[in-house]
Amino acid sequence: MKKLAIALIIITIILAASGIYYLSNLEKEVFRISTTTSLEDTGLLEELEAQFEKKKYPNIDVQIVSGGTGVALERGKRGDADLLIVHDKKREEAFIDEGYGTKRYPFAYNYFYIIGPKDDPANINGSTTATEVFHRIFTAAQTKPKVKFVSRGDNSGTNSREIKIWNKTYNDIKKSPWYIETGSGMADTLRVANEKQAYTIADSGTYLAYQNRINLVPYLTNGSDLLNVYSAIPINPEKVNGANYDAAMKFVDFLLSKEGQDIIAKYGKDKYGNSLFTAFFGKSEPEA
Amino acid sequence: MNEILQGILKALELIITLNPEVIDITSRTVMISLSSTLLASLIAVPVGALIHFKQFKGKRAIIDIIQTLYSIPTVLVGLLVFLLISKSGPLGSLNLLFTPWGMILAQAILISPLITGFTITALKGVGDEIVDLARSLGATEYQALSTLVSEAKYGIMGAIILGFGRAISEVGIAIMIGGNIRGYTRVITSAMSLETSKGNLELSIALGIILLAVSLIINTLLNYFQEK
Repeated sequence: MKKLAIALIIITIILAASGIYYLSNLEKEVFRISTTTSLEDTGLLEELEAQFEKKKYPNIDVQIVSGGTGVALERGKRGDADLLIVHDKKREEAFIDEGYGTKRYPFAYNYFYIIGPKDDPANINGSTTATEVFHRIFTAAQTKPKVKFVSRGDNSGTNSREIKIWNKTYNDIKKSPWYIETGSGMADTLRVANEKQAYTIADSGTYLAYQNRINLVPYLTNGSDLLNVYSAIPINPEKVNGANYDAAMKFVDFLLSKEGQDIIAKYGKDKYGNSLFTAFFGKSEPEA
Repeated sequence: MNEILQGILKALELIITLNPEVIDITSRTVMISLSSTLLASLIAVPVGALIHFKQFKGKRAIIDIIQTLYSIPTVLVGLLVFLLISKSGPLGSLNLLFTPWGMILAQAILISPLITGFTITALKGVGDEIVDLARSLGATEYQALSTLVSEAKYGIMGAIILGFGRAISEVGIAIMIGGNIRGYTRVITSAMSLETSKGNLELSIALGIILLAVSLIINTLLNYFQEK
């Protein structure tokens, strides 16, 4: 029993030390961003956070939590985040109309990619719009069992864009046997699409991070219906108690500053050869 | 296959070079799961003992419920605790969401039924003859009970180790309650989930191997202390 007592004392000391360590973190002002997964997975937000904390406001502790756009909006409503970074214009506008967010600040964009198997069984190569691609997939799937489409099915920004494109021509897409919903993040969905040799739609960041591990190829990588705008929305402190509006605006100002936009415009060049995002540099948002 | 091999090599590399980020994540993982195990044990072992010793109506039902809770999904615990400690929840003012404290609380809730149930089983396994024997030798009630608990200590230790294993390996709570915040609530399992999303499969496997290595060290230590 003596040794057990010693063990307990050791554990208690370790825990007390770690407690003091965590408490020492509390001196800083905590500011929480709930971001869409693609910005965290590409590492862009981590880079912005580091520059913001290091150069601008060393007394602000930026904490980043990630999740799909749906989760981020929910966290914002509940007061569990001070700033949202999301990519679903329609739902963002509804969120602001309901009074939860103050304003939408678009700060970067890129394009969703439509990718699929190399042999292209639905013959989408050469299509110029996403609507046309989806139409060809739909038509081919009626006769060719090889043609499949994998959807995130998770209420994320990417998922809601995909549904929006489908709904232009087809409404009951979810009932189709060749339409597979993963209910998971982008990386998991890419893996499923790869295993099933199916078509899917992906944010370019995650696709580029995964391109060497899968043998699907991109077929359509731009066009207005694939435009993917990321924007920041500070939570309205008048509606949501305790939201740190002050820090949120400091971060938004940093995002939109020349310095912040430079980081965004260059991000990914050394790793992928191309930058992953296009910065606005004060220009207005392109029309979708 | 190649990725698995690369993962093992990467794990060795990260350990040998004492990669600061990995050390940070690993020490946080150990601290959080040890804390939650300690917290859960302090409550669950006495509760288990109490349930074992007391005869009362509905005892069987309570044990059934406890055993059912062994299979409570981590996501369910995560959701319930989230609703409890979210800013608009009843405990929102404590600011526990997305902190290590919130994770400790949720993990403790997750593993308490496990430790309670296995404590009861361990005490049952020893049998009440020891208590009778101790009493007949003139032991007080307290002494008799502590004799029983001491006889059952291997079983109880096993219950605690099991609880620790579930706490350190779960990912649902780590992400829902911790939020996987770099440098603050990121633990090995949530880091693995993130690195997998980033496409860094080797790093993810390496982190998994490190988790198992840590678990091996802790279990060895606990077993060493147990054998006096």
